[in-house]
Amino acid sequence: MNQAWKKQGINIRPGTVITGKWHQHRYVIKQKLGNGAIGSVYLCERNGHYGALKISENATSMTVEVNVLKSLGKVQGSRLGPSLMDVDDWEASRNSTYSFYVMEYLRGESLSGFIKKRGHEWTGIFMLQLLEDLEHLHQAGWVFGDFKSENLIVLSHPPKVRWIDVGGTTQIGRAIKEYTEFYDRGYWGLGSRKAEPSYDLFAFVMVFLNIYYPKRFEKGTSPKATLLKKLYDVRQLRVYRECLKKALLGNYQSSSEMRHDLLHAMNHARRPVRSHNRSDRRDSGKAPLAEGGGIMLAALFYYLSSFMLP
Amino acid sequence: MKKGTLKQILLITDGCSNKGEDPAVTAALAKQQGITVNVIGILDDDQTEDPEGLQEVEDIALSGGGVSQLVYKQALSQTVQTVTKQAMTQTLQGFVNQELKQILGPEQSLEEVEPEKRGEIMEVVEDMGETCDLEVLVLTDTSASMHDKLPTVKEALIDLSVSLNARIGRNRFCIFSFPGKRKDMEKVLDWSPKLDSISTIFPKLTSGGITPTGPAIREAVYQFGKKGLLKNLRDEDEPGVEEAGY
Repeated sequence: MNQAWKKQGINIRPGTVITGKWHQHRYVIKQKLGNGAIGSVYLCERNGHYGALKISENATSMTVEVNVLKSLGKVQGSRLGPSLMDVDDWEASRNSTYSFYVMEYLRGESLSGFIKKRGHEWTGIFMLQLLEDLEHLHQAGWVFGDFKSENLIVLSHPPKVRWIDVGGTTQIGRAIKEYTEFYDRGYWGLGSRKAEPSYDLFAFVMVFLNIYYPKRFEKGTSPKATLLKKLYDVRQLRVYRECLKKALLGNYQSSSEMRHDLLHAMNHARRPVRSHNRSDRRDSGKAPLAEGGGIMLAALFYYLSSFMLP
Repeated sequence: MKKGTLKQILLITDGCSNKGEDPAVTAALAKQQGITVNVIGILDDDQTEDPEGLQEVEDIALSGGGVSQLVYKQALSQTVQTVTKQAMTQTLQGFVNQELKQILGPEQSLEEVEPEKRGEIMEVVEDMGETCDLEVLVLTDTSASMHDKLPTVKEALIDLSVSLNARIGRNRFCIFSFPGKRKDMEKVLDWSPKLDSISTIFPKLTSGGITPTGPAIREAVYQFGKKGLLKNLRDEDEPGVEEAGY
């Protein structure tokens, strides 16, 4: 498939002016931002404003994507995808017409790049942010589908992870429109390709595994065992391990349920880590034990009190 | 609107036909009877992306109204699905375009419509693609050179059934291989809603020397006809069953 898509990439020289056939808006192409499953994305400028322009020969698929962007734009309360600015056709020559749409240009860096630079403490924060957005999306009746690292970007000030390509977004209950094998639970033999919240939650875990296995890994003869071993081998994911495992096995029905568990695990984990540093400084033998006991108590209190919360 | 059934032949091959009638002709014949012919050409690892021998792949799909794609075997799974789904969309869009022409005049097609309205039309196409019933007859080349590719073909087909069975509409698959022992093609798996059962059958496939692609397609069309009779009878029964529920 990959070769087929690569051939569909469209090369437009920087400086080219694209004028829409229907709305007559003029866009100046600045540079290529990347190739998607369908078509290519360029940075463009119109009246001093930047935008990301996606262009493809495939009018059908582009229309489907635009439909998704429009629907996401109607979801109240959070900005799920980039906002849509224009949809049009470009008649490059007499017999070649391309479809394009212009969306908000999100400038940031990759999830793994950001985490490497700013530290692994951010991993949990991004997990919570993403689960919150996923919950909104699922509530609105959609599943992200092609949830993968390449479709995420981290904006700075304040750090916030955003989705940039919503092409695979599918209505709940239908067949997943677009997926990438490594992130697909069907490929791992751990579920169907029906669009349901748990499909996204599986891919969500794979996004975070991908950070620690940038080259990814093969599924081997026993895909499930491989997956769990890889998860348990990552020291930095230790705190989240049980939640992530539960998501891989499809045992979460909703993002909010997973988010709740994750938050719980994070609140518990933070204290022992800090105390560990302090006890190092003190360098005494008994104190850590006593303190450890106190922390256990505190943890127990947190654990119990969490049950009282609605 | 009554939901129809899309009929497809999925031909998986790695070379040229060398026996019997021109496969482009039998593919055209299939198209005339409402059956789309899609072709996937598997490349050997040392082959370039544009080998001469595989020109036939594109020709068959063109006259069969379907989609064709050349791939290395590593990418087979995803390609099988892309080709099948693309062909579905293409067929459905063909229907919709015909309807549009009737409503808006002969010059209208989806590209002629302004982007805002295009969205609504595509929603209809998507809905149809999700809910229509689909019948796929898989026709696998088992000539000698395919031998080491068959395990990959098997995996790709199981994966295809996983993807298609996530749809709301019903699916039916069957698998034939060609050349058959005595005939041009041979049944591997009869019409069934899932393909999980093929794991046990596939290793038994033996590979032969000739490649009668043309006759095999003709034979495949006949298989749709045969089953069609039975299905019509069953479909007539169905409304009665539903009414009984009230």
